[in-house]
Amino acid sequence: MSMIKEFSKGLIKENPVFIMALGLCPTLAVTTSVQNAIGMGIAATFVLVCSNVIISLIKNFIPTKIRIPSYIVVIASFVTIVDLVMHAYFPMLHKNLGLFIPLIVVNCIILGRAEAFAGKNNVIKSLADGVGMGFGFTLALIVIGGIREIIGAGQFLGYNVLPLSYKPVLAAILSPGAFLVMGLLMGLMKLLKK
Amino acid sequence: MEFMSKIFSLAIAAILVKNFVLMRFLGLCPYIGVSKKLDSALGMGMAVIFVMTMASTFTWLIQSYLLIPLQIEFLQTIAFILTIASLVQLVEMIIQKTAPALYKALGVYLPLITTNCAVLGVALLNINEKLNFIEAILNGFFAGLGFTLVLILMAGIREKLDKAEMPKAMKGLPIAMIIAGCMALAFQGFAGLKF
Repeated sequence: MSMIKEFSKGLIKENPVFIMALGLCPTLAVTTSVQNAIGMGIAATFVLVCSNVIISLIKNFIPTKIRIPSYIVVIASFVTIVDLVMHAYFPMLHKNLGLFIPLIVVNCIILGRAEAFAGKNNVIKSLADGVGMGFGFTLALIVIGGIREIIGAGQFLGYNVLPLSYKPVLAAILSPGAFLVMGLLMGLMKLLKK
Repeated sequence: MEFMSKIFSLAIAAILVKNFVLMRFLGLCPYIGVSKKLDSALGMGMAVIFVMTMASTFTWLIQSYLLIPLQIEFLQTIAFILTIASLVQLVEMIIQKTAPALYKALGVYLPLITTNCAVLGVALLNINEKLNFIEAILNGFFAGLGFTLVLILMAGIREKLDKAEMPKAMKGLPIAMIIAGCMALAFQGFAGLKF
């Protein structure tokens, strides 16, 4: 029962992007299309789940004083794995996400979960927490990516969804669109919460 | 002369055309988090300029004289983040010993900088864009300058914004993002600059 709770809190109630405003850089940078958003979401979820599990396993052996550097090394190892695998099997996606794959290391969601959750809880709970937070992050990326892709290109996942007479608003795909969509969505979430 | 014009175009690109915050989406957490007051924005900006310049210097040296000769470039991410983390710690200790006044001003911001993606970002970009040693150092410095510029602009706007009337749900983070969007729109105008 508690596993389901740990899993589901990441989706809406403690959504890392909309509610806690963590990991903003990749969120805004890679959401130019839904495809990129899903790729980034899966990569970050993989790193988050693996690092949560490993950190909760070794938490008793790490001296408190050097825990942050130790966490970073664990996270960086998994990021390197993702980077190399993606480069080998999904070269297009790797090129699109570019700089933001190595930058998963400094994504505050992952270090945040390691510090706030995995360093204090057992393996099963940490696993559920990692999967939930990862899905919440992916969900947020897909929502933002979807809105930007529909407004900015008239497409969803590469398929035309709006009539051909629709003139795409290019600014939505460029950087101003990212900030504006994000700001409006955050405002909406705040309004709904009340 | 050619060297000077190269530096000039590097500066324009890093500060305006490809501004780290508004165009490349790097370092958004401190940009949103530390832009509530002008004083703290200035302190954070100075600390970031300093650390970014140092990080560019050391990561470039490590890439060229350690990772490439040993053919372990795949360890780049781990090596760079550890370099930056220890660098920040070292800088913090040195400043604390030698310049207590400066430490008082910058101290609280230094630990935050380790997880500032702009620092790791500039280190990786220097390598990806194959800059030489001098260019890498300057690129780090200019990127930090660009970050500080938009951080201070943002803090100035947000100090005024406190008194403005707006829907309750938009207060705080949401309106900060909208303002950032407007600034990005303005910075988009620099995209045409070419040298």
